[in-house]
Amino acid sequence: MAPTALSCKECKSRYPLDARYVCEACFGPLEVAYEAAVWDVQTLKRKIQAGPPGIWRYADFLPFTGRPRDPLEPGMTPLVRADRLAERLGLGELWVKNDAANPTHSFKDRVVAVAIAKAQELGFETVACASTGNLANAVAAHAAAAGLASYVFVPADLEEQKLLATAIYGTNLVGVRGNYDDVNRLCTELCEERPWAFVNVNLRPYYAEGSKTLAYETVEQLGWTLPDRVVVPIASGSLFTKIARGFNEWLELGLVSGELPAFNGAQAQGCSPVATAYAEGWDVCKPQKPDTIAKSLAIGNPADGPYALELARSSGGRIDSVTDDEIKAGIRLLAETTGIFTETAGGVTVATLAKLAERGAIDRSERVVAYITGEGLKTLDAARDSFHMHEIEPSIEALDAELAASAASS
Amino acid sequence: MAVVVKIPSQLRPATGGEGEVQVEGSTVGEALDAVFTEHDGLRERITEDGTLRRFVNVYVSGEDIRFQDGLDTQLSDGDEVTILPAVAGGR
Repeated sequence: MAPTALSCKECKSRYPLDARYVCEACFGPLEVAYEAAVWDVQTLKRKIQAGPPGIWRYADFLPFTGRPRDPLEPGMTPLVRADRLAERLGLGELWVKNDAANPTHSFKDRVVAVAIAKAQELGFETVACASTGNLANAVAAHAAAAGLASYVFVPADLEEQKLLATAIYGTNLVGVRGNYDDVNRLCTELCEERPWAFVNVNLRPYYAEGSKTLAYETVEQLGWTLPDRVVVPIASGSLFTKIARGFNEWLELGLVSGELPAFNGAQAQGCSPVATAYAEGWDVCKPQKPDTIAKSLAIGNPADGPYALELARSSGGRIDSVTDDEIKAGIRLLAETTGIFTETAGGVTVATLAKLAERGAIDRSERVVAYITGEGLKTLDAARDSFHMHEIEPSIEALDAELAASAASS
Repeated sequence: MAVVVKIPSQLRPATGGEGEVQVEGSTVGEALDAVFTEHDGLRERITEDGTLRRFVNVYVSGEDIRFQDGLDTQLSDGDEVTILPAVAGGR
C-alpha cells in the first residue's frame, strides 16, 4: 500500500506528501491516501508475522515506502483477557488492550514514532508539539532517541509527573499560561513562523496514521478475527476514527473477515463536546471550556469530532460521558480486577464500559475490547486519598491487633 | 472600528501573499465581509451559505468567537481577528 498523496477528507482535493495538514480549498483536514494494492492474503500475513515485535511490522500500511529506522519502537502491547472485570460488569468476553506498555507509557508512542520517522524523511532537524503530557513525553523521548532537537509546548499548570517525564529527555519544555486549546492555537500560529515539524499540526496526517496500528494489533492478537465492539476514549477523535480505518483497511484487503465493530466513544463530562453533540443529534461539535481531571482528554474543540460522530452512529455504537467520580471509580475497578493501573483517560474508558454494561447495552455474546491508552503513575492526583494504609510497630502482635481493629470498624 | 485580520499561510495565495489585512467593521462578520471585498477568493474558502465552514476557527484577540456571539461578536478598535484551520490537535 504505497502512499500516493495527501487527500482532503471534505472535498477530496489532492496534495503532495509533504508537511501540510489543511486543504487550501476548503480548510478540511488532510489524510494520507494509498495506492490500492492487490495482495495475496497468506503471503501478506506471513510478511507481517515475520516483522519486528512492534508497530513497524505494519510498515506496509503506514505512509512510508520502506521500514524506517526507529531505535525506540513502540507497539505490540498486551491484549489481556479481563475475565474478572467482565464478571464484575456482567459481560461475556472482555479484553483490555494495555497501551500503557509502550516506551513512554501511552499510545502516543505509536503516533509520534510515525511522525518523527516522517520528519526525518522530510529533512526536518527540529520537532515540536502542543500537548497535555502524554504526547509531550513521547515527542521528547523519540526526538532524543533520533537525535533531533525538540520543543514541547504544554499548559503551564500540567501535573508535575508529566512535566518531569518530558524534561528528563533534554527537550525545550515551554509552559504556556492557558489551557490546551490556547497551546494548540499558539502552535498552529508558530507552525507558520518556524521551520519545525509539529507532530500534531503540520505532520498530523502522518501522525494520525500511527493509531491504525492499534487496530492491526488487536486483529492479530485475536487470531486474525475482529471484536464485536470497542470502547475507545475520545479527545480530538483521531484515535477513535483511525482504529476504524485500520479495521476497514484490513477488511478490504481480506486480512480479516466480518463487520466493522460497534464503536463506543468515551469522554469526561467536564469536557464532552463530542458526547454532547451525539446526545443532541448534531453533526458538528460546539466547543467547550474543559473542566475535568481527565486532562489528557480535555480538548474542548475536537478536530475530528464530526467524523467521530459519523462513525459512532454508522457502526451502531454511541458516545457517552462520565463524571470525575466515575472516572476515579473506573481507575480503581480496572486496577482491582486486572492488575492494570491506568491514568484518568483509562478511567474514562472503564467507567463508560461500566455504564454501557449497567444499561444493558452490551450483549453477553459480544466480544468487547476496551482501549487503555495511558499509565496511572502519570496522574497520581486522581488516586490520592483513595486508600488506607495500616501503620504498625514491627511485631506480629501489632499486625494482628491492627487488622482486628480495622475489621471491627469496617 | 479599525481592526487587523490575520490570514493563515494556507489562504495567502488568495490575498496576494498578504498575512494581515487592515479593515473596518463593528462585528466579526462585517470585518470578514470587508476582507472578502478586497480579496474575493477568500469568501468561498472560509464560508459556506453565509456561515463559517466547519473546519475554520476565528478568534478575536485570542478568544474563539464560538464562545462569544459568533459572526455577530462585537469588535473594538485595534482588535486582532485571527483565522486558523481547526484541524490541528491530538495531544
